[in-house]
Formats: sequence, C-alpha cells, structure tokens
Amino acid sequence: MQHIKVTVDGTTYQKEVEPRTLLVHFLREDLGRVGTVVGCDTSNCGACTVLVDGVSLKSCSMLAVQADGSEITTIQGVSDGNDWHPVQSAFKECHGLQCGYCTPGMVISSIDLLNENPNPTEAEIREGLEGNLCRCTGYHNIVKSVQRAAELMEGAKS
Amino acid sequence: MIPVAFDYKKASSVEDALAALAEGGEDAKLMGGGQSLVPVLRLRLNAPSVVVDCSSIPELKGIKDEGGKIVIGAGTTHHAVMNDPAVKSSLKVLADATASVADPQIRHRGTLGGALAHSDPRADQPPVALALDAEFTIAGATGQRCVAAADFFQGPFETAVGPDEILVSIAFPKLDGWGGHYEKFNRAAQAWSIIGVAAAVRMEGGKIAEARIGLTNVGGTPHRASAVEQALVGASSIAEVEAASMYASDNLSPFADEDADVDYRLHLARVLTARSVAKAAGIS
Repeated sequence: MQHIKVTVDGTTYQKEVEPRTLLVHFLREDLGRVGTVVGCDTSNCGACTVLVDGVSLKSCSMLAVQADGSEITTIQGVSDGNDWHPVQSAFKECHGLQCGYCTPGMVISSIDLLNENPNPTEAEIREGLEGNLCRCTGYHNIVKSVQRAAELMEGAKS
Repeated sequence: MIPVAFDYKKASSVEDALAALAEGGEDAKLMGGGQSLVPVLRLRLNAPSVVVDCSSIPELKGIKDEGGKIVIGAGTTHHAVMNDPAVKSSLKVLADATASVADPQIRHRGTLGGALAHSDPRADQPPVALALDAEFTIAGATGQRCVAAADFFQGPFETAVGPDEILVSIAFPKLDGWGGHYEKFNRAAQAWSIIGVAAAVRMEGGKIAEARIGLTNVGGTPHRASAVEQALVGASSIAEVEAASMYASDNLSPFADEDADVDYRLHLARVLTARSVAKAAGIS
C-alpha cells in the first residue's frame, strides 16, 4: 500500500491505496465521489474526465498513486455550492444531454477547453471535445451548450 | 478491468529510475505519462512486477532551443510539445503530428518520449522522428549513448532502448523556413491512423528543393519514403507532386486489419503522401 494525499473538490484526504488502483476507482470507491463515472474502461469515452492540477485527464488512465500531492476537481466540485458553473447552466439551458452518462466528462472537458480557448469556433469545440463520446450522439446540443457557456463566461467577466 | 497487482516506485531522477529498473529485473516496466501503459495494465496484456514511474523526473521535462536543434525531454507532454513556440516555428510537422495524437486529455498526460519508446506501429510521432533524422539520447548503467532515428525503431513495440535503459531526450534538427504538414487518415475521432504521412519541404523559387517524408502504419516500424524525397526535387505543380508520390508505396509491407486491406493501405500511402507534401509545400 502507498500513502497518498490529495485534495478533491476542496477537501484534503490522506489514504492508503494499492498501486494498481485507478484514480477513477479511488474517487468512487475510496472517497464515495460517484459523480465521476466509468464509461468504457478503455480510455476512449472520456466519461471519467476530471481536472488534475487544472488540466483535464481521463481518471481511468491514471493511477491513484500518481495523483499524490495533486488537486483534483470532479463534476461535484465545479459549482461553488450556491451557483452552478456557467458550463453547467449552459448544458441545462441548451439541453446538452440526453441520457446524461457522458455529461460529467463533457462538462469537465468543456471547462478545460474554455480555460484554454475562451472563444472557440464550432470546429474548435468539436475538436476540443474529441476525447468525449456521447453514445446518444447528442453532440449538436453539446456544441451549442459550449458556445452558450462561452457567452455566459464572457458576460460574467464584463 | 483492474490491473494485476504490482509494486510502484516513483523515480525522482534518471539515476533513481535506472537503479529501480536494475533492482526490478526483467519484469520492471517504465511508465512515462502512462497513457499507453495504464490501458495495457488494465487489459492485463502485461503484468509487470514493478512499475517505475518517471512522470515526476524534472530532468526529463522541457524543450531547449540549442541553436541548430531543438532538444525535447522524453517526459515532455504532447500538450507542451504542440504548443511550444520553437516547435511550432521550426518543427511544424512535429507540432501538427503531436496535435493529432489521441485527444486533449491524453495529450495532457502522455509524453513524446513515452510514445516514441512505446513504438506503436500506428503512432503519429515516430514517422516524424524518422523523416527528420532525430537523435535519441538513451541513459543506461554505463552512461548515455546517442542513437539515430534510423536505428531506433526496430519493430512493433521494439526500439533501441534496452530493458535496463531510459530514453532521456530527443533532438530534432531545426527546419527553419521549411513547410511542414502531417496528413492523417482515420475513421473516427481519436482513432489511430490508418495511414499517416509526415512531410517537411523546403522551397526555393517556387520549386521543392528538399523533402523529408515519413509514413506510419505501413508495417512494423515507421517508413522513410526516400524515393519520394528524391523524386520531389524540382516539383512545382500538383501533378508533379502526385507523380513523385506514386513511389510512396514502394517497398512497403503493410498489415491488413479491420480498417484497411493491403491494397487500400498502399493506395492511401500514395494519395496521402501527395496531399501531405502539397500542403507542406503550399502547392495546390
């Protein structure tokens, strides 16, 4: 077992983990933070995407031990507790989900995309979300949601 | 799935990692960003006794402009490589190929050195390293040695890096003033290349003066299309580029798989070489 210290959605945890524990299993099973889901288990679908030290990663493709010392944000930590994150609001407003299973990863990847490129074109959004699959194939409204989120975030700045 | 249990050693320096490899013996495995290794472990295609994690070794990270060449630490992420100003201006074909690797999440974590040392026959950066005559610095118990790209890729998932060695950095000769392009053909988002063609071209008076061409997924290792490079000299029209690119399928033994049979791959090799060169040269 290895000792790790991670901050997840603002709370710091110290835990003993087996080296083979994937970050997504650590989040769900050791910390009970089940907002982050396992979709494909093959590194393809991106449903398990979280922010580690501010950048998006697939938590099925990283060992929990490798997250030692990191700050992690899951879908459960993107809201400030009172107001939704603008990306969440935009997904609701534009109906950027159907079954909702890909949504935690879509929202996190969209946040990362907008952090790097606050005013993306439609093509840049589609490329930026390349690592996230929606098996309902509801991409059209997801793209609209990201465009709307960009407007909301731009509006919040001015 | 859950990987088979293994011991984990986080290396803090190259020396530390070499010692851990020596101690771990044959079943020790190096991990860079883990974007190839973690899926392999998860599918239980490999079950190392110890994983030596190199992702926190400072000396493996970073991009240095050393005059005539750009030296990239093996542990530098794809995201850092594709966004580096020196890479973008002097090694456009590398920036393009790197930007086409997998998806943003994987590019945040995966590393150039990891991808090259993994040497997947479908990978996007090996043909760039081969075409550009990159030099690989490899560390072992007896010190460091330098290996040319032509000798580095030895087979599918096999390179010149020995089981007790570590890839430290990759040096690319700067191609200032050259055009570059990576043309990738695949079926779906984030899929591997069915064929990928890396092209770097130097123009002189509207004609191609020099070209470097590398292909991926046309066999067990990346392929340098030397015959195309020679035939391209002097080309200035799309017809001439297409004629020279007919040599791209010479001496290839591609695999057939669910994406493409052999003839289709040979066809793609020719067509995509022409497209890649035309874009790199600005010929339409």
